[in-house]
Amino acid sequence: MSAPVLLRAAGVGKQFVRGGRAHWACRGIDFDLCAGEVLAIVGESGSGKTTLLNLLAGRLTCDQGAVHYDVRSEDGWHGGGLTDIASLSEARLRWLARTDWGFVEQQARTGLRMNVSAGANIGERLMALGARHYGKLRTEALHWMQRVELDAARVDDLPGTYSGGMQQRLQIARNLVTQPRLVFMDEPTTGLDVSVQARLLDLLRELVDELQLAAVIVTHDLAVARLLAHRVLVMKDGEVVEQGLTDRVFDDPQHPYTQLLVSSVLMP
Amino acid sequence: MNEVLRATGLAKTFTLHARGGAQLPVFAGVDLAIAPGECVALTGRSGSGKSSLLRCLYGNYAPTAGDVRVHHEGKWVSISTAPPREVIDVRRRTVGYVSQFLRVIPRVAAIDIVADPLRRVGAGAEEARELAGLWLKRLNLPEHLWPLPPATFSGGEQQRVNIAHGLIARAPVLLLDEPTASLDAANRQVVIQLIREARERGAAIVGIFHDEEVRDAVATRRYDIQAHVARQGKPS
Repeated sequence: MSAPVLLRAAGVGKQFVRGGRAHWACRGIDFDLCAGEVLAIVGESGSGKTTLLNLLAGRLTCDQGAVHYDVRSEDGWHGGGLTDIASLSEARLRWLARTDWGFVEQQARTGLRMNVSAGANIGERLMALGARHYGKLRTEALHWMQRVELDAARVDDLPGTYSGGMQQRLQIARNLVTQPRLVFMDEPTTGLDVSVQARLLDLLRELVDELQLAAVIVTHDLAVARLLAHRVLVMKDGEVVEQGLTDRVFDDPQHPYTQLLVSSVLMP
Repeated sequence: MNEVLRATGLAKTFTLHARGGAQLPVFAGVDLAIAPGECVALTGRSGSGKSSLLRCLYGNYAPTAGDVRVHHEGKWVSISTAPPREVIDVRRRTVGYVSQFLRVIPRVAAIDIVADPLRRVGAGAEEARELAGLWLKRLNLPEHLWPLPPATFSGGEQQRVNIAHGLIARAPVLLLDEPTASLDAANRQVVIQLIREARERGAAIVGIFHDEEVRDAVATRRYDIQAHVARQGKPS
């Protein structure tokens, strides 16, 4: 078992100035993520988990430490080894973000282009990579509509005509079309009805498994983490207080905060 | 003896931070080695820590002291300290676990839950489903239930899904937490037979069997955890 390290956080931190005082949103975060591994970051709002996600995905720059990623060569075949993403040009980082990475936003409307059809949303990344053949783009769009359990007959409809759960599935399809190796997800099920959540979770579980995706999922919902993640990081006040195998962290939590978090969950 | 599972100096104490850091000692000084073909029955009063010990062996609980090592793919792996992806691989290929309660995944059919461990070791979807069907049939789970998610099943039905899920991959090490607790006499016999077959194919088994009849029928020896129960403030 020596899967290659895909993503490495080395002492990662971000500082914000609030009310004239510097304040660490997160600091000193260390971990390695291997290919095919799913990591959940849990903690309450304000614990710094979304900031951490944005640092990992290169949407914010680190004030401390660095994020390394196994950047592939442009033809996609040669592993470039771990590279500090801060050293990449803006264009290269953008290329990375729309090919080898996915980012599923909490609000599907943020991650989708609402003024073009569902099919165009799915095809956008492929077009950015140079695909121009209409028939191929269409076939790919239909394939992914089905893959995320959307009615293929609605491929020409605008995302605004879709329900919240359908929009979220469309956003996932839009991200996966380039076969990324790593997907970032920010509270992917929050704000959906419980029954819609279950369906989305099940779909995510299947996709992650089948496509051998690595993922970093920010969630405050421990059930989501338990279902999807191999490993968890528990964050409090910007720091990781406990991390490890998902079922061990939740069934035998060691840190006072994790114990509190686990014991606060209401069982239906 | 060519053991495949070893616990050495194992101890477990829970620290309850919400109770001012109260210490709840469970067991201490557990040494246990299990060879292929053996079935060790953990015995001791209810609350003596049998399930906690089993969970430590599975890597679900972190021992307070000592270590659990599993012979996995030709080498020894410490399930207590290995990185998560390695523990997951050990569970996929080497250690099967039947818990008391089924953790239901929304929307997933009983037959797919049972087929899943086979898929994870590389079996094709068709083959895995077919074999899952054979296991469910053997455990007398009515066929009309197979395509349904087990959330609405009775305790006994869920337990049979759980047993099939735990045994189907023919793992070299099996950990069984009261696999017959909510079964009727006929199904209890089926499970006894399945455990014996697992032993005969060389599985190393550790189990908790409250039912004397089941225990006598499957166990090759007993391990009394009572002798290792840690006392409050006086860990042995």
